[in-house]
Amino acid sequence: MSNLTPPTRTPAFEARLRKRYASERRFKLLGLGAIVFSVGVLAILLFNMASNGIGGFQRTELAVPIDLAQSGISTDPAVLAQPGAIQSLEAQGLPETVAMSAVQALGPKGAEELNPSAWREVAEALVDDPSLATRSETFWLPATRGLAAAHGGGGSPELQAVARELAASGKIERNFDGGFLTRSDATDPQAVGIWGALKGSMLTMIVTLLLAFPIGVMAALYLEEYAPRNRWTDAIELSINNLAAVPSIIFGLLGLAVFLFLFPSLRSAPVIGGMTLALMTMPVIVISGRNAIKAVPPSIRDGALAIGASPIQVVFHHVLPLALPGILTGTIIGMARALGETAPLLMIGMRAFVATPPDGFTSPATVLPMQIFLWSDEIDRGFVERTSAAIIVLLLFLLAMNGLAIYLRNKFEKTW
Amino acid sequence: MSVSVLFLLALGLGLAGWIAGRARAWAFRKVAPDGRLTSLPNYHAWYVALWIAVPVALFAIIWSVTAPSLILQSVLSTPEASQLPAFGFQRDNILREAQAVASGAAPAVFNEAAKPLIEPFRDAMAQYNLMGFAAALVIAFLAGAFAYLRLKPDFGARTRVERAVMFALLLASLVAILTTLGIVASLVFETVRFFGMVNPIDFLFGTQWNPDPMSSADNPDPARYGAIPLFWGTIFIGAIIAMIVAIPLGLMSAIYLSQYADPRLRKWVKPALEILAGVPTVVYGYFAALTVAPMIRDFAQSIGIASASSESALAAGIVMGVMIIPFVSSMADDSIAAVPSAMRDGSLAMGATRSETIRRVLIPAALPGIVAGIMLAISRAIGETMIVVMAASTAANLSANPFDSMTTVTVQIVAMLTGEASTEHHTTLSAFALGFVLFLVTLSLNFIALRVVRRFREAYE
Amino acid sequence: MTRVHDNLEPAEAKMAANHVSVFYGDKVAIDDVSIEIPNEYVTAFIGPSGCGKSTFLRSLNRMNDTIPSARVEGEITLDGDDIYKSGMDVVQLRARVGMVFQKPNPFPKSIYENIAYGPKIHGLATGKAELDEIVEQSLRRAGLWEEVKDRLEDSGTALSGGQQQRLCIARAIAVDPEVILMDEPCSALDPIATAKIEELIDDLSGRYAIVIVTHSMQQAARVSQRTAFFHLGKIVEYGRTSDIFTTPLEQRTQDYITGRYG
Repeated sequence: MSNLTPPTRTPAFEARLRKRYASERRFKLLGLGAIVFSVGVLAILLFNMASNGIGGFQRTELAVPIDLAQSGISTDPAVLAQPGAIQSLEAQGLPETVAMSAVQALGPKGAEELNPSAWREVAEALVDDPSLATRSETFWLPATRGLAAAHGGGGSPELQAVARELAASGKIERNFDGGFLTRSDATDPQAVGIWGALKGSMLTMIVTLLLAFPIGVMAALYLEEYAPRNRWTDAIELSINNLAAVPSIIFGLLGLAVFLFLFPSLRSAPVIGGMTLALMTMPVIVISGRNAIKAVPPSIRDGALAIGASPIQVVFHHVLPLALPGILTGTIIGMARALGETAPLLMIGMRAFVATPPDGFTSPATVLPMQIFLWSDEIDRGFVERTSAAIIVLLLFLLAMNGLAIYLRNKFEKTW
Repeated sequence: MSVSVLFLLALGLGLAGWIAGRARAWAFRKVAPDGRLTSLPNYHAWYVALWIAVPVALFAIIWSVTAPSLILQSVLSTPEASQLPAFGFQRDNILREAQAVASGAAPAVFNEAAKPLIEPFRDAMAQYNLMGFAAALVIAFLAGAFAYLRLKPDFGARTRVERAVMFALLLASLVAILTTLGIVASLVFETVRFFGMVNPIDFLFGTQWNPDPMSSADNPDPARYGAIPLFWGTIFIGAIIAMIVAIPLGLMSAIYLSQYADPRLRKWVKPALEILAGVPTVVYGYFAALTVAPMIRDFAQSIGIASASSESALAAGIVMGVMIIPFVSSMADDSIAAVPSAMRDGSLAMGATRSETIRRVLIPAALPGIVAGIMLAISRAIGETMIVVMAASTAANLSANPFDSMTTVTVQIVAMLTGEASTEHHTTLSAFALGFVLFLVTLSLNFIALRVVRRFREAYE
Repeated sequence: MTRVHDNLEPAEAKMAANHVSVFYGDKVAIDDVSIEIPNEYVTAFIGPSGCGKSTFLRSLNRMNDTIPSARVEGEITLDGDDIYKSGMDVVQLRARVGMVFQKPNPFPKSIYENIAYGPKIHGLATGKAELDEIVEQSLRRAGLWEEVKDRLEDSGTALSGGQQQRLCIARAIAVDPEVILMDEPCSALDPIATAKIEELIDDLSGRYAIVIVTHSMQQAARVSQRTAFFHLGKIVEYGRTSDIFTTPLEQRTQDYITGRYG
């Protein structure tokens, strides 16, 4: 027997082995390539948004020294503390004062180079700090969109010349624009902000959470703990599994056909958006909730039942508290998905131009992803940057939510 | 008075009932022979509270639906309303505006004709608000008194409260069925209306899609409603281009991560893929439209395809594929993990290399799960909206050239519903018909996939 | 230390372990074991559960490599070459040292493909005819041919448990290994299937070096010529099977085979 070489020790076998190892390496490399590509795309996407978005947190501003002490505007601190202070300043000719100062500082066309909203910023600064009225102060005020584009290298040749001239004397600059987070939508990229959309998103998410969380948790408890095995239960389970996979746009059609039919006056209101997204989020919460409930060991139920607790008490005193971290993790993930959702809201008309932040659940609003969509349609270079900046804000919110979910999962994850 | 006030009223009165019920139960406790009740005082409290809060809340819901029309009726019966234009758009506008001012939602009217109606609206609102408030109080009192009087030391409050809780749980789980029914009903209803105007055969098999929102609302031209180009565009972008990107990359990523990667690398890459899955589609859409689409057009033109569109199917499809990668990867990961490790050991013990084991044993064994995952991925891709709305075109082309512009079902749904046409117009209705087709297709894909997955899991358990 | 019976007839050592220790993380599973596996003999490893006999078996064809925390110290040789030395090819090693697992694990493929898998990946057959020949030979040697010759295209998982295990043995011998390791091959089988496997092992001995881990002393007595008794990660006693069972040198061996613990 031993004098015959086994087939696994022949030179042919070993030659073949080298080929097999080469193919092994190729295969492994292919896998690594797939990972590198996927992560690379993510990196490119984030880099793309970040590099564009940094510009979105800035705006082009002009230096305008304004001597409010000489302007003759009454700046009694008591008046400035009142709600109508800005209108009162407008009536007293603050816009004209600002315009004149601009002409003095920037030349005859100075007033036209300044953004129409510029005086309002002076007025707000004055309300914040009435002592400004007693001295001359240099304000950095937003330029017009045309001049801003020219400063960025676009726009008309004439404006580019103006911008170069101003830049030579240091009177035009791109500065960090904190107001981007506190203003709302506008037609002028120099004057837009995302506060309105952010507030709309928050209101919508509150409605979604208030509806989807209790209903989702209750449905999960029922299905996992109490539901008898019958056709009804099967139908409920089938519905939930399918709803979790129905395209989001279909939920939008449902919202349009049902919610807007019932409440036509609430078009583009956060309450309708929230209801629509709640229907979409609920199945996610039910599915993750059921998994969390399933993970609670039966021995705990048996123990509680054995000391005479009713089935309801068993679930609400023992099972639910133990399953809650898992349910919360699923809820946060579902809410993060709802926060980034656009298509269903497009269907129910949350695409309006909303220049003032919504002041309630029933006032017209837009949401962050919708704002991104609306701005992405604008061709102005200024809006490209603003869009990316809004995307950064949205991604930061989502990252925070997902981070919280992962933290919860790691902190409370138990293996029984 | 808004619904929220009625709901607050329900909560407040419920709380009052809770306190009253609890006090009564405590009183029983003092006089009861052995100081024990059948149920704890809290259950008595909840019993009363539920009897108050639930009827008032139900009333609030009914009232919120009926009150506006009652208010409108009473306003229309006033002499001021006789000045209104008889019918139509303008009349509705005037009424809406007057109502908005009367309720304080708007500061002043825009249309002079609405002015005289403000007062009647205000009066009617005040009157009906008062009525609603009074009715809520009466209901609360009657229901609360009924519940309160039923409390006794040996009253089984706990079983009744628990029965109510159980009922609430059942109701909550029925929301899922209601939603499904709501989706089916709204889609079917509008689709039937659409098919009343356009023959389903023309719709499903026509090759020209060119709806005209300006045309007469009654007589659509069926020749403009051929949805084949949309179906083709959807399949070409979502099921072909996107899958050519997503399947190999997702599968290979899953294989590398689960079979080769160092645990430290896995710890970093897995969350990165999860982030990729968590990026909102509107961001992908923006990326596709702003970065990928111009790149692909320039590339196509540089290799001599002058007709390449900046809204090419390729750009939308590739970005959609990238979006789907984590989905395919996690489905494949699950399926491969479900294959018993004895299979892997068996193959390795035969002297197979790892890649031979993966290709010849693990993947064939996991194939049903992987195929189901791909079906779910396709279902997700064809229902995806924002990427195609932003990066694909609205022009319906029947073409197999990936550099051509193409449109999809979801793009057309958005286009038809965000246009100028009224809700009754056939262009609007066509969106629902498209939605219905989309719903049916994704539903069947999911249904089959879930069954395959289940059978696959059972095979290894 | 291992007590080795001194009446062993000389035999060619196919494999040998010298001072082998196996660790799982910090835990010692095998502690300084030395043993020779004679060619053309059946060697049985017996011992109570958790004594490390399966771990040791898995280190003989480096299947422990698939467990990230496992670490092997010492020297294990196959025909005198250290199988843990850096130049040793693990794929070739496993082709030479086949293995049959505790639970039958046929691939979810046809019976034919299950047997053909090894010859295919190793390129042992040059054509379809030769492959058919290998499949038939292997199934014949595993005593399964008559039962499955008409349904070679059926799935391997559709066979009964005993047939599946014989299929796995056929799969292992299809690549013509030099050593076959069997890890409690009958523990999941009924007595009739077990009898068939034992008969098969008997037929195969004399062609290969066979190592069988078993917790059934009767089985060890029936099929093996040599027996090693493992306890707490060490080999307590090693010798001819008949000697181990009739005249054990160690009290612990005596206690185990008489059923005092196990």
